[in-house]
Amino acid sequence: MTMIFGIPLQAFLGQLLIGLINGSFYALLSLGLAIIFGLLRVINFAHGAQYMLGAFIAWLLLSYLGIGYWPALVLAPLLVGLIGAAIERTMLRQLYSLDPLYGLLFTFGLALTVEGTFRYIYGASGQPYATPALLAGGANLGFMFLPIYRGWVIVFSLIVCLGTWLVIEKTKLGSYLRAATENPVLVQSFGINVPFLLTLTYGLGAALAALAGVLAAPIYQVSPLMGSNIIIVVFAVVVVGGMGSIMGAIVTGYLLGVAEGLTKVFYPEASNIVIFVIMAIVLLLRPAGLFGRDA
Amino acid sequence: MTLTLDLAKRKERSPFIVQTVFLGVGLACLLLAPLFFYPVFLMKLLCFALFACAFNLLLGYTGLLSFGHAAFFGGAAYFTAHAVKEWGVPPELGILVGVFGAALLGAVIGFFAIRRQGIYFAMITLALAQMFYFFCLQSGFTRGEDGIQSVPRGHLLGVIDLLQPTNMYYFVLTVFVIGIAIIWRIINSPFGMVLKSIRENETRAVSLGYSVRNYKLAAFVMSAALTGLAGGLKALVFQFATLTDVSWQMSGEVILMTLLGGIGTLIGPIFGAGLVVTLQNYLATSEFPVTIITGVVFMVCVLLFRRGIVGEFYNSRLGRKLGFEHRHKH
Repeated sequence: MTMIFGIPLQAFLGQLLIGLINGSFYALLSLGLAIIFGLLRVINFAHGAQYMLGAFIAWLLLSYLGIGYWPALVLAPLLVGLIGAAIERTMLRQLYSLDPLYGLLFTFGLALTVEGTFRYIYGASGQPYATPALLAGGANLGFMFLPIYRGWVIVFSLIVCLGTWLVIEKTKLGSYLRAATENPVLVQSFGINVPFLLTLTYGLGAALAALAGVLAAPIYQVSPLMGSNIIIVVFAVVVVGGMGSIMGAIVTGYLLGVAEGLTKVFYPEASNIVIFVIMAIVLLLRPAGLFGRDA
Repeated sequence: MTLTLDLAKRKERSPFIVQTVFLGVGLACLLLAPLFFYPVFLMKLLCFALFACAFNLLLGYTGLLSFGHAAFFGGAAYFTAHAVKEWGVPPELGILVGVFGAALLGAVIGFFAIRRQGIYFAMITLALAQMFYFFCLQSGFTRGEDGIQSVPRGHLLGVIDLLQPTNMYYFVLTVFVIGIAIIWRIINSPFGMVLKSIRENETRAVSLGYSVRNYKLAAFVMSAALTGLAGGLKALVFQFATLTDVSWQMSGEVILMTLLGGIGTLIGPIFGAGLVVTLQNYLATSEFPVTIITGVVFMVCVLLFRRGIVGEFYNSRLGRKLGFEHRHKH
């Protein structure tokens, strides 16, 4: 058997794959967090709940309406995005003039409410969500067996991340967003509707989280707790990456996912905490984060 | 002329008198409470009230939002439980072990967290506390999912049997009063004034020559140690220490207690803790999850009610008339 660093190659590649998949979710979620924070100066604690909501909507659509994976991949993010926009319009908006900590606390309360409600209705145990027929099965790559759905998650999340990056860096709308991040008052005085941009941004961030949720549904069980388990890790990812750059959030997400996967191979006991350890080291050496601009 | 003089005089003297009266009534209530309420409920309330006040030392008076205080609360509960059960130390020493452990943990987490400000500070404390949670989940001495069970309460100073509920209650009350007195002393010391100046304007505090980092770290460690006092006490009251107390939900709960009662008021968190604990007790028997209510209360507080109960009272017409002034910025 081929060995790498004293570990069977299969185990090594298997964990690398799991790391890449986890990394895909970290990247999608920290990307959304970074976009929202960039413009709204709000740390969206409800991001985990919105991720869970995405997965749950996909599951509800399938179980009650018979609507499958592919429509859900569009419908769930759309729905969660609209809910997010409504929340921004009616409530979150009132907090912009205050200390950013109130935004964190508000979205924390929102997350608790949503999570508690779903737990009340559906219980804490997970619901299985079948892999779509088109992506079922696996491919033998010669050195390992790759479930097709997992490959799809990696490729699709990469496309979404890069697409979002392109929209923000290369389009007119993106340039408005970036300008409003730098100086909202000035941008508004040019006649651009900044409050609308804020609503749009929060909706977009929430939709990204829901998209990640739908992607996650066939891999992890759909459970009310899936969001809060992942959001704290994503916070650590965001601290490591620094929220100054969109690309930074994406790259850090994948990197830390892989780091976590590889730790599982070499020292499984530490795999839960390796991201937090990396965060502590980064804070010591580069407090602003790997890609951060401000300290 | 005489009227204004008189008014000015009254304004100066009345807060002191009013506060003394309030303090006396409050203490009397606490002393007589076991006659009317279930002692374990009261002790739980006092533990959480002390926890919230210790947390408020950091949020309300230094302006630092820690999202990881469960690590100190639950950590101290584990340390105390372990010391009392495995080492067989007396309860007062066991609590000191908890306080010391929490302070040490606070020094480590604080060391990393104060490198960033504001929202990052909150996220870092949350992440590091979660790391401690995983440590507690896997480490041997905490006994994983089971927690440390049947912790003996022991004899205070070798004489007073703490298994007696009344004895235990007055012991908890004494520790509570000492804890609050320490917090009051810290807030009203020159050190506390520097903390408030950091809260109001960190840049200016730096330019005035204060080493803000050291002050923040000191405040963090003090808050962690006092939180440890509450946590160690709780382990003795319930005679167990479990993962619940180190989970992030616990960190959220203490924020809610403080926010609900009034950030930056000395007694606000006590009321907040009282409300939250009562609510939990009330809902403990029903199927309805507390988190929904907790979450809604959180959102309502942040949107409409940022001063909290005590803060709103201080700011109300009656509160002002009684000479309270609430200066915390919102």
